[in-house]
This record gives sequence, structure tokens and C-alpha cells, in this order.
Amino acid sequence: MIEQLKERVNADAGLVRRGRFLSTNFLLEVGSTQWLINIVEGQVSSVTQGPFVMPSWSFALRAPQEEWARFWQADPQPGSHDLMALIKRRVLKAEGNLQVFMANLRYFKESLAKLRAGVAA
Amino acid sequence: MSASFEPIVGRYMNLQLLGRPHRLYVEEAGQGAPLLCLHTAGSDGRQYRALMNHKDIIARHRVIAFDMPWHGKSSPPAGWHDEEYQLTSQQYTTMILEIMQALELDKPIVMGCSIGGRIVLHLVLEHPERFRAIIGLQAGAHVDPYYDLNFLHRPDVHGGEVCAAIVSGLVGPKAPVKERWETLWHYMQGGPGVFKGDLHFYKIDGDIRERVAQIDTSRCPLFLLSGEYDYSCTPEETMAVAASVKGAQATIMKGLGHFPMSEDPQAFIGYLLPVLEEISRTAGKG
Repeated sequence: MIEQLKERVNADAGLVRRGRFLSTNFLLEVGSTQWLINIVEGQVSSVTQGPFVMPSWSFALRAPQEEWARFWQADPQPGSHDLMALIKRRVLKAEGNLQVFMANLRYFKESLAKLRAGVAA
Repeated sequence: MSASFEPIVGRYMNLQLLGRPHRLYVEEAGQGAPLLCLHTAGSDGRQYRALMNHKDIIARHRVIAFDMPWHGKSSPPAGWHDEEYQLTSQQYTTMILEIMQALELDKPIVMGCSIGGRIVLHLVLEHPERFRAIIGLQAGAHVDPYYDLNFLHRPDVHGGEVCAAIVSGLVGPKAPVKERWETLWHYMQGGPGVFKGDLHFYKIDGDIRERVAQIDTSRCPLFLLSGEYDYSCTPEETMAVAASVKGAQATIMKGLGHFPMSEDPQAFIGYLLPVLEEISRTAGKG
């Protein structure tokens, strides 16, 4: 499912345009599964599943599998509907160089919401 | 579509505020019992545009919203360029009372959202005799910081973009697209460091948890309206205030978020009208 991020983000021209100054590698942790997501000028260039021996990333977003599952429901409940809501509830941990994350916060919010059920590529 | 004017009139008011000359932008519409509206942190009085365009409301109320200093079309005071803006409870309270005096408002209903929802708890506690009724939107006694506020004001993060992105999820997911993005646009237009300076009051200085139970609603009625998708001031936090203040009336607004009057005015006004009617029914009893 996480692999679909590439197709879904890259198909959204407006989202890619907003990310045109963004090139980075970030870690997404869904329960015990890790994913490295590489972004080049707003396009998702690769989504790689771990485990990794020596992963390099600018920042990491880590949450339990069930929290991501709630976030990725088509119509999430209050408290599960936004990355900042997960952070407020202390279930999503953001760490690393968060300048990259915060300077492009709308991009990351909208990109990860692309994995919601019912979102077309 | 032919051009038309809204009933809203905006003017600039020059006054002495907090001991310094200020130039403030004030909008109003309608006639009747004054309803003074306080905007959220990092935004401005445009959040109340729908109320000031609502025929039933402006037929009964003089609806007034001012942009706080540093916000919207109000200027920061001279000398601002060498200062760090940080809002405190005392400044905020004094500002509201001084503006009420300048506008010659006698016992207005005051309605505030978010930081405005917090300060009205201070007002009802400390100055109940000055108000006909208090309406707190997204009002809680305290919010713990949940992100590093420094990201709101630093040169390698665009202030307008990050402020809007921080609060975007506070808009209810089903809010009309036009109103959602109008609401976020106001955040994108805020001056550097202003949202952060407001949050000094919201998350640090304005904590009223230890005193909120002392509010006496027999001296001034208190109504609380909160949106269910708000994770900044959660419904639980509003209900906690309601539980500790005897006589406070609280309603959780389905589907709405942190900016009810701006993100989904139609849904919000559906909740507001019964409150205004109740205030008007009980007028003169106190």
C-alpha cells in the first residue's frame, strides 16, 4: 500500500509543483515496518521497504500500525484526521531534521493523505 | 453577476491602547444589542464575515470585530520593529476593555474563538459586570504545546505557509472548500512572528485551569460552543470547563473544527442562533 505513494503523489501536478524545491529522503515507520521515501523536486522517486542496515534520512515519522490505519481511512475520526492531530495525541513521533518537514508541512500532509482509502491515483 | 456591497463597514480607529498610540481596524454591521467578536491567534476579524452578513443576526445585533494590533489591517505600534511580539493575559484583557470603552459599548455580548475563547474565560471571571453574556468558541482552560513554536518564525521556514499548514487540520474535514481556504488564507497573511506571539498567551501565559471554577455564571451567563474535530482545544477540554463552572452551557458542534464561524458559517450559525435567542430572552433578568 505504501508503494502507491509514488503513483498517487506524482499524478497530482499541483502537489508536485508545491514541492518543486523539496528533495529529501524521509523514514516512515508503520508499526514495525520501515519505509524510506525519496523525493526529488516534489516527485516521489522511490519507496523502499526495510528493514535497513544503515538508513540515512532527514526526518522520521513513526506511529503504530493501527494509528496509521485510522489516519488512512476514507473518512477518519476526529483526532485521526491530520498529522498534527496524531502528534498532539503523542502517537506520531516526528524526529530528525524537522525543518524539512515543517518548511514543507502542507506537502507532507497532503502527500500522506494520498494513501487514504478511495483516493484515486 | 452584478456588483453589490455587503452591509459590513470598516473604519480605522486611533486610540491610546496599553499606554501607546495605536491605529486599529474595526468592522461592524447591524443594529441592536452589541456583539463584540474576537478572532483567533494569527488571524483577523474577517473570520466573522458571515455573521456580519447574516440578516437575522444584524437585524438584532450590532456585530463588531476589531483586528488586534499586529493583525489584519491594524498596525503594530510604533517601535515594533525592535520588539518581539508576545501577547499576555493582562495585555489582552486591558486591550478588550479599552476598545470597548473607545467604542462606547455598554455591556456587550462578547464572543471569542480559540485565544478569544480563552480570554473570555478570563473576562467572565474578572469582569462579569461588564458583559451581558459571554460566548466561548473552542474555549479551554489550557493547551499544552504540541510542537516547537520556533518553527512559526524562523528565516528558513516560510511563516505564512507554515502557519496555515499547522492549522489546516483544525478545519473540519467537511467544511466547504471556499470557506476552508478563505480561513487558511488569513493565516497565510499574518505578519512574521505574530501567530507565535499570540500562542505565548494560548499555551503559556493564559493558563486559567486553577481559577476557572471560580467563574460565577449568575453574574454573567457563559455559553461554550466547540467543534468536534478541534485537536487544539478538544471537545473534552471544553467539557472540562463546563463541568467545573456551575451554570455554564456547552455544546459540541458536529463536524466542525477550530474556526467554526469562518470554516463553515452556515453550520455554525445554526448553533449560534439559539444561544443568541436565549441571551435575548434572559435579558433584564439579571
